[in-house]
Order: sequence, then structure tokens, then C-alpha cells
Amino acid sequence: MVLAIVLVLLVVGSIVFHFMSPWYFTPIASNWGTIDDTVTITFWVTGIVFVAVNLFMAYCVMRYRHGKASRAHYEPENKKLEGALVLLTTVGIAAMLTPGLFAWAKFIAVPKDAAVVEVVARQWYFNYRFPGEDGVLGTVDARYVSDENPFGVNPDDPKGQDDILVSSPQLHLPVGKPVKVELRSIDVLHDFTVPQFRSKMNMVPGLVTYFWLTPTRIGTFDAFCEQLCGIAHFAMRGKVIVEDERAFQAWLRSYPTFAQSRAQAPGDAAAGKPLYAVCTACHGLQAEGNPALHAPKLSGQGDWYLRRQLKNFKNGARGKDVKDVFGQMMAPLAATLVDDAAIANVVAYIKTLADIPSPATVNGNAKNGQYPYVTCAACHGANGRGVQAMNAPRLKDMSDWYLVTQLKDFKNGIRGAHPADMYGPQMAAMAAILVDDRETNDVVAYIDTLR
Amino acid sequence: MTTSLLVLAAIMAVVVWWLLRPTLNVKPWVEQRPIKNVDAEGTLPLPPVKVGLGVFLAVATSLFALLISAYHMRMMAADWTHLALPRVLWLNTGVLILSGVAMQWTRAAAQREQIDSVRIGLIAAGVFTVSFLAGQLWAWQQLNAAGYFVKTDPATAFFYLLTALHGLHLLGGMYVWGRTTARVLRGVEVGKVRLSVELCTVYWHYLLLVWLVLFAVLLHTHS
Amino acid sequence: MSSVAFDESPHVPPAEVPEVELYHPKTFIGRYIWSQDAKVIAVQYAITAISVGVVALVLSGLMRLQLGFPHTFSFITPANYLQFVTMHGMIMVIYLLTALFLGGFGNYLIPLMVGARDMVFPYVNMVSYWVYLFAVLLLMASFFVPGGPTGAGWTLYPPQAILGGTPGANWGIILMLVSLAFFIIGFTMGGLNYVVTVLQARTRGMTMMRLPLTVWGILMATILALLAFPALFVSAIMMILDQALGTSFFMPALVSKGQHLAYNGGSPILFQHLFWFFGHPEVYIVALPAFGIVSDLISVNARRNIFGYRMMVWAILAIGGLSFMVWAHHMYVSGMNPYFGFFFATTTLVIAIPTALKVYNWVLTLWRGDIHLTVPMLFAIGFVFTFINGGLTGLFLGNVPVDIPLSGTMFVVAHFHMVMAVSPILVVFGAIYHWYPKVTGRMLNDTLGKFHFWVTFLGTYAIYYPMHYLGFLGVPRRYFAMGNTVFIPPSAQSLNVAITIAALIVGAIQVVFLYNLIWSYFKGKPSGPNPWRATTLEWQTPHTPPKHGNFGPTLPVVYRWAYDYSVPGAAEDFIPQDQPPGRKAPGLEEAPDASELGPQKPGALVT
Ligand code: HEA
Ligand code: HEA
Ligand code: HEC
Ligand code: CUA
Ligand SMILES: [Cu+2]
Repeated sequence: MVLAIVLVLLVVGSIVFHFMSPWYFTPIASNWGTIDDTVTITFWVTGIVFVAVNLFMAYCVMRYRHGKASRAHYEPENKKLEGALVLLTTVGIAAMLTPGLFAWAKFIAVPKDAAVVEVVARQWYFNYRFPGEDGVLGTVDARYVSDENPFGVNPDDPKGQDDILVSSPQLHLPVGKPVKVELRSIDVLHDFTVPQFRSKMNMVPGLVTYFWLTPTRIGTFDAFCEQLCGIAHFAMRGKVIVEDERAFQAWLRSYPTFAQSRAQAPGDAAAGKPLYAVCTACHGLQAEGNPALHAPKLSGQGDWYLRRQLKNFKNGARGKDVKDVFGQMMAPLAATLVDDAAIANVVAYIKTLADIPSPATVNGNAKNGQYPYVTCAACHGANGRGVQAMNAPRLKDMSDWYLVTQLKDFKNGIRGAHPADMYGPQMAAMAAILVDDRETNDVVAYIDTLR
Repeated sequence: MTTSLLVLAAIMAVVVWWLLRPTLNVKPWVEQRPIKNVDAEGTLPLPPVKVGLGVFLAVATSLFALLISAYHMRMMAADWTHLALPRVLWLNTGVLILSGVAMQWTRAAAQREQIDSVRIGLIAAGVFTVSFLAGQLWAWQQLNAAGYFVKTDPATAFFYLLTALHGLHLLGGMYVWGRTTARVLRGVEVGKVRLSVELCTVYWHYLLLVWLVLFAVLLHTHS
Repeated sequence: MSSVAFDESPHVPPAEVPEVELYHPKTFIGRYIWSQDAKVIAVQYAITAISVGVVALVLSGLMRLQLGFPHTFSFITPANYLQFVTMHGMIMVIYLLTALFLGGFGNYLIPLMVGARDMVFPYVNMVSYWVYLFAVLLLMASFFVPGGPTGAGWTLYPPQAILGGTPGANWGIILMLVSLAFFIIGFTMGGLNYVVTVLQARTRGMTMMRLPLTVWGILMATILALLAFPALFVSAIMMILDQALGTSFFMPALVSKGQHLAYNGGSPILFQHLFWFFGHPEVYIVALPAFGIVSDLISVNARRNIFGYRMMVWAILAIGGLSFMVWAHHMYVSGMNPYFGFFFATTTLVIAIPTALKVYNWVLTLWRGDIHLTVPMLFAIGFVFTFINGGLTGLFLGNVPVDIPLSGTMFVVAHFHMVMAVSPILVVFGAIYHWYPKVTGRMLNDTLGKFHFWVTFLGTYAIYYPMHYLGFLGVPRRYFAMGNTVFIPPSAQSLNVAITIAALIVGAIQVVFLYNLIWSYFKGKPSGPNPWRATTLEWQTPHTPPKHGNFGPTLPVVYRWAYDYSVPGAAEDFIPQDQPPGRKAPGLEEAPDASELGPQKPGALVT
């Protein structure tokens, strides 16, 4: 009795939940409405079966429960009934499978006029590559991958020279145009998913996989990695911004081609020296940093990282937040560096300065800090020297008090939350794993002990 | 995967057919008194160890079929270089065939209750098998000397893997062989070891067959 | 009309061969530790499996804490989280469910139900358990090695499984793979026993079509396991070589953290094919025994023959055969050749037809039955309900375009928990309530049992039904924390909290069950030999719990199928399988005397 009622309630509750709960597919933003339709058909077929079979079971439990004089009916089998049920099931299955197979046929047939974009995945971020004027992507190979050639484009392939390299997790796409998304990984399995597009595919090192779609809605969408790829799998995010053709072209043009990226002049330290004069006031003559002025040590930090941060300050991705008191001081100063060349020069100069380890100032329990640092080591290296391939800066021997403020800023959304900040969001997700200030101090104290 | 699919499909077909066969036209709910001294229907007229061995051979077949599938799939990669098979493998194949022959002969002897022949046959089969295993090691040695290392060359890695697994199966067989031979040397009567000899024979033939298939696959794909 | 055919081969069922009967344990150790008695081995398997199961249960609690309250617990780092997920999944599927259904229930029930004295190779059977225990200990050891256990996901996909960005990529993964290899070796030993015992050691009159469905389910699952585990074995060995010797079976040329590694040309997809070639049959390995057991639970408690026994057997065979042809439905988005999608979507949905038939027949057994809502019956009905739910969501995933948006999300997690972590687990519980009296001679406490059922059934439904909707929303699986997104509403997090609370309650309530197991062992109501009034042979043993050798001096003779409940005209509403036909039964002249049956081996067992 109770059981029968509960079964009925569960069936009813499930249906009510399905229709009333606020949690369901996000509004679609691509041409894959057929997928949604197949889901709907599947829901109807399976829903009817679910309701019918379970209600019948509830009825049986109710009607045939043990009573005084009841005796079960003896009937070993009923071929007709079983045959009919099998037939009915087959019809139901066919009703789901047929539209499914048609939808799949469309899904794997890329239209001829589709534009191509390549998503390059690596632990733990996405980058993108567009074919240049010639409309063809150059060949690639893992062998060519290096800090200077992060995409692994074949330097000798003429088709690759004009490829446009987007070294940012943000991808822009023009609305209404079919696009073939080619997927490639440099290290392990990854995946590229935009829930609103309903399409996804894994990246497999050594292979190029693909799917295609036509974005139908302007907007900003999250991209996820949905194939387990290591510790920071959950922080592997990108953004897809669908916009009109004009905005898209403007965005695309702001990125260098492969040839340009190689030709970029290395900074000129001599030219950077006068530029650095301004900075000495806070960061010190040897860029050794000054806790009193909240200016961190810069010497010894990766030049790629310093360049990126200066650009972030300049374009407002950092130092904009009102709560970022010291970042706000830095931002106008970064603006005095007029262009990329100036930034490169000043960074080149900083690179020539002596790298004097900062003294340890943070009070924390280094022993406790070792535990969470296992995660940090995945990107920053077990020795904390920083890994350019992971975009993760040096931590060891840098100003430790500064690391503490940065970790808090990341955690509190003061740093790494700006839409133009490319790699900050990843670190923000990571800083969140440090549950309180004590743990933050502990991990930095541990960093102080690294050799 | 096609290879293993076919092999497994075959095994499954046999299994399903075997299980389905006695079930098709039966109405089990119809009461039936057992006839005198009957045995359960569907039981094979074989001692259980033999059936057990048969089941184990199905498992081993699945294992080797999967390995061969994996080998074929891996071959499709660009870096595949064909392996120069050591010549000694031909010799080894011959030796393994001899061990199979010796086993067969032993079996016949056991059937005829000739304990002396059984003793000789078992020892001969053992000697041949050990020679085969030594020969396989020698082949490894040669490959290594020729500069094919497990690490660098996928074909070599597969070669080591396939031969090692095959060799391990033989070693397992040698354990049973050892126990049987020890009993024969201790002088037990033929009847006590006949079953073991039969099992060994079946197993040896099976492993010979596996080796022939593996060797054919390797030959087929070598340079 | 044809009927059961008997051939007159002189072969004597092997359970009567003297070697087995001469085995008399002399000491406590011989009887309970180094025991070759399948019943003792079964209990050893069950205790070990449930113990590791509790470890996995605790891990699931930790995972739920993290998902419900992210960034609250400093001892759960992203690396730990992945380790928890991996160990939880692997332990639950392999070391708990597979071992419990086959090693535990298989060992206990097969000899008793087919009317044999023991397994056919008792020594091998004993070794099987010790190898299993060794595999479990190896696995547990990985918690204590540098770097901890592997965090590669229970699917252990390379390359990440053996590269630095994954926790436990040095020691943990090796221990996991070696442990799996030992598990497989141990299982193969046990599996040979289960298959050969069913085929060769059935007692007189026990035709294949008179076997209870429990035995059919376990038999088919064992066959699947024997043929599928080699795929895991091969891939484990190849991965060990890749990790330890630097071969490139699965490892392509790649750049890890800026370092060029010496691998070249291997195929990660090859591993996935091998893994799922094992992995899909594996899910039926844990499902088929549950199907079988639940058929018997329902039939006994509905006092009605299982509806459509023959179709049930054929469905088991069909599911077994088909389950080798659907593996790539786990790989729709793996980057394999997309044309495979057509084939595998079709086979996957076709497999639902025999499964559906089983569901219908369970329900039709209830129909016009005489339903006793005992605790095992409650669990059985709970199983049918959750299995329908979980199976139907499988149809979403099997239909290839529908899988695309759902794969890799919590929808998949919800699907397989409903169909694997809830429904077969409910059967495990039901089966324990059902056969505990046979194992111990005492009933489990009914009130505690009902309480256990209601909390577990409703609680798990509350955990997993809403979880599907997180998947629709796009919440990915194996995510340490969702973090900031544009589109996932904050309310999704409150759903996560609710799920966590439900999971913690359900997890904690299992203590009641453990308590019941222990308390009833000493204080439970004596059960008598056949408390459920069931027909199958295990309830007809002369002793409860059965002694070594199971059936006293003579083996039972079987006259009928396992489902003679409420037969018209019969005095009782059940007729045991070994009860000779009544003299008045229509169509049969007279019942033979036991003496008429020819010489029976005495096989007296003096223990
Ligand atoms: C006991 C275990 C079990 C069982 C029985 C099943 C049963 C099924 N599973 Fe499931 N599955 C898993 C365990 C299981 N699964 C696991 C563990 C995973 C994930 C592994 C991982 O990635 O970690 C998984 C993942 C998984 C996937 C991959 C998803 C992905 O990763 O993207 C797919 C896709 O096809 C799938 C499909 C199915 C189907 C079609 C069935 C069918 O057999 C179901 C058949 C049953 C029914 C359909 C219900 C009864 C039928 C009726 C009442 C009548 C129906 C009538 C009509 C529809 C008309 N499962
Ligand atoms: C049979 C298998 C099984 C079982 C029983 C469970 C039980 C549970 N699982 Fe499990 N789970 C898996 C198999 C299983 N799981 C697998 C294969 C994965 C994938 C791993 C991967 O991605 O690599 C997974 C992953 C997984 C995730 C996804 C993590 C992620 O992707 O981020 C989550 C999250 O909520 C979860 C939660 C739970 C909970 C709360 C329970 C339970 O606590 C629910 C309640 C159930 C019970 C309380 C009964 C349990 C009973 C026992 C375990 C027997 C013990 C015996 C006694 C107590 C006597 N599991
Ligand atoms: C997934 C990779 C990853 C992990 C794991 C990671 N970081 Fe970072 N970290 C980064 C990146 C990328 C940046 C640079 C962000 C930017 O460009 O603004 C960074 C920046 C930082 C900074 C700011 C440095 C500066 O000089 O401005 C600190 C401090 C830091 N990380 C500490 C840590 C600690 C402590 C942990 C462990 C809890 C950790 N990181 C884990 C990727 C990571
Ligand atoms: Cu990349 Cu997960
Ligand atoms: Cu599957």
C-alpha cells in the first residue's frame, strides 16, 4: 500500500520536477536544433514508457498484495503478450533511433563552404589558429612545439606563414556562418565543449578531430574541457564570443600571423634602460622590490610574464578594480609605455638586472603548505621556477608578501575576473582552493622554502 | 578490433548456441520424473578439468585475439617500422612442433598404458619446450644486439610482448608438466597420470596453434 | 509437446567425485581461513568486498562534500578530488560489485542451487580468493605510496594517466594496473569454477532449463567476464610498459609541460577501444547477476512463477552476446571514426529490447500474483523502478546525437549511478536479506530492514534523479569545482547541496545495515530451513546453515523447474524442486521411490 503510493508519487514527482525545475538545457545558440528535437522525441518515448510501466507496477503492488484468500495465478508464459510487448518496444526504439541517425548524418557532414578554425588544447588552456589569406592551415607537428612556437607550426611550410595565431583562451566567431572546428592537442586528451552549441569532440594528441556548427546567436559563451586531463581539468576554460562579421574581422586582425610572431623584435635592453628609470622609484634599482611601497620584485621573473602583465595593466585587464588599491597605482604607470616595443624594451632591461632572492617575510607553517602546493606544482613547477608552457610565472624567491596579496586578490575576484584577462581566470579558480588566509600563508611559506 | 570482434563473436556464438541448444523446445514447467540414473542434461561427457581447460583456452584465445587486434591497429600509425624477424624463430617453430608431436606420442602411449614410453615422451616434450623457450630468449637477444630495443621501436615492443605472453603460457603449462613428470618418475601407474597427459597435450597443441598464428601475423607484417 | 530430454550417459556428476568428499577440514584455520568450501570462500569474498566498498563509500562522501560545499575543506585539493573519484569508481565497479556478485553470491549460490557438493575445483577456488585479496591490498597500498593513488579516472585513459599533470602518475597508476592484473588472474580462476560447476556438476534432473535465473545470470556474467577481462589485462600490461619502459603503445609524440617526451606514434584511441571492449561488458557483468537474483526474489515473494522463464533465459543470452558489440557507444565523442556512430547507436538501442523484455516480465510476475512485501521484495521492486529509470536514460546516451551534448556531463554520472550504483546495489541488499538466513540460520531484523530500504531507496533516487538535470544544464563531470560561468544559475549550487545532504544521509544510514548484520548474527530470530517457502535447492538442505558438502549423504534429485509456485491443485503454494511428482498429478502415473533411482553415491560427510 505504502509502496504503491510511493511509486505513484515518485512517478508524478519526477514529471513535475521535469517540467517545473529551472534546470534544463541552456537556450541553443547553434544550428543543432535537430539534436534538441531528437532529445525531445527521446523524452516523449521514454517518458511514456517510464510512466506506463511504473504505474502498472504500482497498480499490481496495490491490487495483488497478499490478502486473506488470495492465491497467485499460475501462468508460465504468454507468448502473444510477450511478442506484442517486444514489437511495441521495437517500434519505440525505431522512433528514437531513426531521427537520431539522420541527425548524426548531418552532424558529421561538414558543408563545403564552412570556414575553418583550429582549437589547440594543452594543459590547461585553449588557443586558436585561423588560416590566413590562403584559407589553408599550415602543417603542424609536436616536434616543432617550443616556447617560441607554442602552436608547433611547421616553420618551413609556406601555407603556415600567414596562419593567424590567437594566443588567448577567447575565441571570436562570426554569427550565421558555418564553421568547421578542427581540434588538436599537444599533450593529453582534452575536449572542447560549448553547452549552448550542443556540439563537442575530444582532442587526441597525434590526431586532428573536428565538428562543425553555425553559430546562430550573438553573445558570450563558456567553453569547457570535458575530458579528464589532469589536476587543473576543472580550470580549463575558454570563452567563445559570437559577433557580427565586422567585429569579428577587426578582432582577427588584432592577432599576428605566424610569420609576424616569429619576426617580433626581441626587446632592446639599452632602449629599455631609460624607460625603467620611472620604475626604480618603487621597484628599486635592481628591481628587487620594496615592501613599503607594495612594489614586488621583478628581476628574475619570466619576460613573457612581465610583458603580459604590463599589457594587462595597460588595457585595463588588471588594476581596474576599485579594491585593487596597489594595482590602481600601477595601471597609469604601465600606460606610459606607449607600445608593444616599449614594453618589450623595458622587460629586456629588467632581464639584465641581478636576480637577488627576496627574503622570507611571511609567517606561515611551511609544512602544512606543502600539501596544497602539490596542486600549484602542476603549473608553477615543483621548484616554483615558473613554466612558460603553462603560462605560470615564477614564485620562488619573488616577493612573498606580494604572492600573498595576489592570492587573496585572485580568490576575492579582484584579479583575474576581468573579461580581457587571458590567463588570470585560471589562477583565480586555483586560488579558490586555498580555503582561508592561514592556508594561503602556509603555502607561501612553503614556497619560501623551495630550492 | 575486427579480428577480436570476429574471434569473440565466434566464441560467443558457440557459447550461446551451446546454451540455447537444449533450451529451445523445452517447457520447463512441465513436470517430469527423472529416468533411472540419469545425469543432468547438457552436461558434457568429459571430466570437469577438461571442460575447465576448454574454458581457459577460450579466455586465452580472447587475450591473444585482442593482442593481435591491437597490433594491427598500432601498425597503422605513421612511425611503424617493420621488424626484421630473427631467423632463429623458424628453428623455434620447428622445435615447438616437435614438442607437440612428443606430447601427442605420450598421449597415445598413456592410452596404451605404456609407462616407459610415457616417461620418455614427457621428458622429450619438456626438453623441446625448454629449447623453444631458450630459443625465444635467444631471438630477444639477437634483436637487442641488432639495436632494436623495446623502447624505441613499436614493432619490437609488440614482438617482445607477444612472445613473452606466449612464453608465460607455456611456462604455466610446464608447471603441470613438471608435476606430471615428477609423478611418472616416482613411478605411479599410468591411469593416475593419463588425464594430466591428455590435458598437457591439448594445451600444447593449443599453444602451438597460437604460436603459428602469431608467427604468421609477424611474418605477414615483417620487412 | 516436447519435454525435458535426458540422455543416459553413464557420467557421474563430478560433485560426487571422491577427492572433494574426502576433504575434511580439521582445524579452525582449515575451516575458516584456508578453506576450500565454496560457502566459506563466498563469505570471505563478501566481507572483503563490502569492506573495500565502505572505503569507496567514504570516498564518495568526501567527493560529495567537495561538490556541495566547494572551497570549504582544505584537505580536499583538486589532486585529491581526482584520486577520490578514480578510486571510488574503480573500487565500486570492480572490487566491490564484480567481486561480490560473482565471488560472493556466485560461490555461495551456484553449488547449492545446482545441487552440487562444492565447486568443481575447490583448491583453485580458494587460491582465487587469496589472489583477489592480494589485489585489494595492492590497491589499498596505493593510498600510502608517494604521490598517492592514481587520479586518472576509473577509465585510466592514457596519455594523462601516466604523465605528470595527473596525481599518482608514478606509483599510483602502476599499483592500480598491477592490482587489476592480479584481480583478473584471480577472477579467471574463480570464473573457471563457476562455469564448469554449472555445466558439469548439476545434480540429477537439474537440466539447464530448470536452473533458477540467479544461476543463469551469474553464469552469463561469468562468461562475459572471462572473455572481456583479457582486454583490460592486455591494456594494463601495455600501459605498464609505456609507463615503466617508455614503449609507445598508447603514447603519441607529445609535449608535456614544455618538455618533449620520447614517445612516438602510439594511439590513445587504441586504449579506449580496448578499455571499453572490457568496460561495456563489465557493466553487464554487474547487471546480469542482479537481473537473475531479482527474478528469483520477485518470484518467491509474489508466490508466482517467473513470467516467461524461457524468454528470460533467451534475453540473458541475447544481452550477453550483444554486449560485445556496443562498446564504442562510450566513444562517440572520442574522435574515433564518426561513421562508427551509426553502427554502435543501432546495436546499443537494440540491446534495450531484450532488456525491456526482462523488465516487462518482472512486472508481469507481480501481475496477478500474491505479493508479500517482505524486505527483499521491497528491494526488488525498488530495483525495477530505478532500473527502468536508469535504463531509459541509457537510451538517451546510446542515441548518438543525443549523447553529444550529454557526454562528459553529470548526466552520464546520473545515468550510471541509477543503473549501476542504485539498482544492482538494491539487489545486493535484497539478496543479503534473502539469503542471510541460509548463511547464518537467523533472520535479519525486519524493522531495521524496512527502515534501511526506505532511506536507501528514496535517498538514492533523490541523489540521482535531479543530477540528470545538472547534466542537461551542462555541468561537467570530474570537475573539482564549477567556478564562475556565464550560464549556470546559482540555484544549481543549491541543488548540489541538496544532493550532498541526501548522499550523506544515505551513506550514514548504511551503518544501520551493518549493525543489523552483526546484531542478527547473535540475536536474530532463528529462521528455520526455508523461511521464505522457496522452491530452489538451497532451501532444501538438511542443515541450516548447510554443512560442508551441502546436502548430507545423498544429493537431491530434481523433478521440476525452480518456479512451481501456486500450482493449481497443489496443497501448498510452492513445490520444492526436489519434491517427487505427486501420485495424483495429472499425466504421471506414480512417483518413483528413491531406491528406484539406481545407486546413489553415499558421499557421507563427517565433518
Ligand atoms: C549496470 C550498469 C549499466 C547498465 C545496465 C547500463 C545500461 C545501458 N547503458 Fe550505460 N553506462 C554505465 C553502466 C550501465 N549502463 C556506466 C558505468 C557508464 C559510464 C562509464 C564512464 O564513462 O565512466 C555508462 C555509460 C553509458 C554510455 C556512454 C555515455 C557517455 O560517456 O557519453 C551510454 C551510451 O550509449 C550508455 C548506454 C546504455 C544503454 C543504452 C543501456 C541499456 O542496456 C539500458 C536498457 C534498459 C532499458 C531501456 C530500460 C528498460 C526498458 C523498458 C522499460 C522498455 C523500454 C521501451 C521503449 C524505449 C519503447 N551508458
Ligand atoms: C557500483 C558503483 C558505484 C556506487 C555504488 C557508487 C556510489 C556513489 N557514488 Fe559513484 N561513481 C561510480 C560508481 C559508483 N558510485 C563510478 C564508476 C564513477 C566514475 C568515476 C570516474 O569518473 O572515474 C563514480 C563517480 C561518482 C561521482 C562523480 C564525480 C565526478 O565526476 O566529479 C559522484 C558525485 O557525486 C559519485 C557519488 C556517489 C555517491 C554519493 C554514492 C553512494 O554513496 C550513493 C548511495 C549508495 C549507497 C549508500 C549504497 C552503497 C553501498 C555500498 C557501497 C556497499 C557497502 C556496503 C555496506 C555499507 C554494507 N560517484
Ligand atoms: C592551472 C595552472 C595553475 C595552477 C595549478 C596554479 N597557478 Fe598560479 N598562476 C597560473 C597562471 C596562468 C598565472 C598568471 C595569471 C595571469 O596571467 O595573470 C598564475 C599566477 C600566480 C600568482 C601571481 C604571481 C605574480 O607574480 O603576479 C601567484 C602568487 C600564484 N600563481 C600562486 C599559485 C599558487 C599558490 C598555486 C596553488 C594553490 C597556484 N598558483 C596554482 C597558473 C596556475
Ligand atoms: Cu583539458 Cu580537461
Ligand atoms: Cu556501455
